[in-house]
Amino acid sequence: MTGVGAAPRIVWRSANVIDVVQETREARTLVLDVPGWPGHRAGQHVDVRLTAEDGYQAERSYSIASAPEEPHLSLTIERLDDGEVSPYLSDELRAGEKLELRGPIGGYFVWDVATGGPLLLVAGGSGIVPLMAMLRHRDRALSTDTAARHRLPVRLLYSSRRWDDVIYRDELARLAERDTTLEVNHTLTREQPDGWTGFKRRIDRAMLEAVAWPASEQPRVFVCGPTALVEAVATNLVGLGHQPALVKTERFGPTGGSI
Amino acid sequence: MLSAGPTPRSPLASWDFTLRGADGRNAHWTWDEFTALPRQTTTKDIHCVTKWSKFDTVWEGISIDTLLSEAAAKGVASSPYVLARCDGGYTTNLPLADVMGGKAWIAFMYDGKPLPPEHGGPARLLVPHLYFWKSAKWVRELRFMESDSPGFWESLGYHNYGDPWREQRYAGDE
Repeated sequence: MTGVGAAPRIVWRSANVIDVVQETREARTLVLDVPGWPGHRAGQHVDVRLTAEDGYQAERSYSIASAPEEPHLSLTIERLDDGEVSPYLSDELRAGEKLELRGPIGGYFVWDVATGGPLLLVAGGSGIVPLMAMLRHRDRALSTDTAARHRLPVRLLYSSRRWDDVIYRDELARLAERDTTLEVNHTLTREQPDGWTGFKRRIDRAMLEAVAWPASEQPRVFVCGPTALVEAVATNLVGLGHQPALVKTERFGPTGGSI
Repeated sequence: MLSAGPTPRSPLASWDFTLRGADGRNAHWTWDEFTALPRQTTTKDIHCVTKWSKFDTVWEGISIDTLLSEAAAKGVASSPYVLARCDGGYTTNLPLADVMGGKAWIAFMYDGKPLPPEHGGPARLLVPHLYFWKSAKWVRELRFMESDSPGFWESLGYHNYGDPWREQRYAGDE
């Protein structure tokens, strides 16, 4: 535990946008160079601050998508049509421009290879972002160590509306192809491509029973997505015998959410 | 954003609430005893650390002042700080002065209806003048402490006090 009042201030920093990657129609990744960045752990987030010409400021939290081992910090932003911040970040901001942010923030929803496994990741929509940081970290940290991969196997269950809404779709496929200890499962809840043989419903207990490590394996579980998905998944996992203390959740949605 | 794990679900038959002194003496209520205490209804604005506010929310519950005087009558001595302890292992720390004087409640009704588990039911702490993570969901105990000690989010980088008007979000924010 940290002492009361002993922590240094998490300062605002100026980040340079060095690249912008369109991930899906609704999501894009900002690749940032952040002078003085202290490093982060997979699963943490940053606060981004925008200042209008009249001085009005708006802040939002965004999960970090990049692994700690990568040279640049990346954030993947999903556009919310009535958002104050995300339309600017996902439509207007260009490479060469600057952004104010502070972090890393959050010491709870984090995983690294020292934490151990097996690992069960469950994502809904852009809830994949902090989980992707964990997958990228695991990939880099264990790139040459096959035995360690077998000690830390991963299963991902990722719910999207349509195949074209799947963020990091190609990268996930590449990772799973070259790593037999990573299993990627998609469910497409609204529309499926021709010939789709995967899941096509919201995540439920039967799907978790089919995909998740059994509770007896004591997997570390991370669930991130909209509140309704996280509630359903976490409650079902506890019903399947997983220890609540091993099930870490991050719920999010548009600002102005519920009590 | 600030719920850390699965939503705990406590049956009312086994729910209880404890106000525990630093010396271990305590006052204790079952659900029926607790909800039979004098109730208050309060309308407040609430402020989440993830940057939203919600105005004119209506809550019903027991004022902490009521619990303190009931406990004092049972010989429970107060201390300058309290730690709220909850189902699911969550804790949060507060100065006693911030939960006295009509500033805090244990709420079990929201908008005229029983508080659902995903919003902290059966009962949650309600401290509207601080950031809402201080209004701990699923609260079961207030424990007096002689000295301040960080709770769950406070030990993970959130601000120790959490005044929304000073935007005290993270440790180190002044």
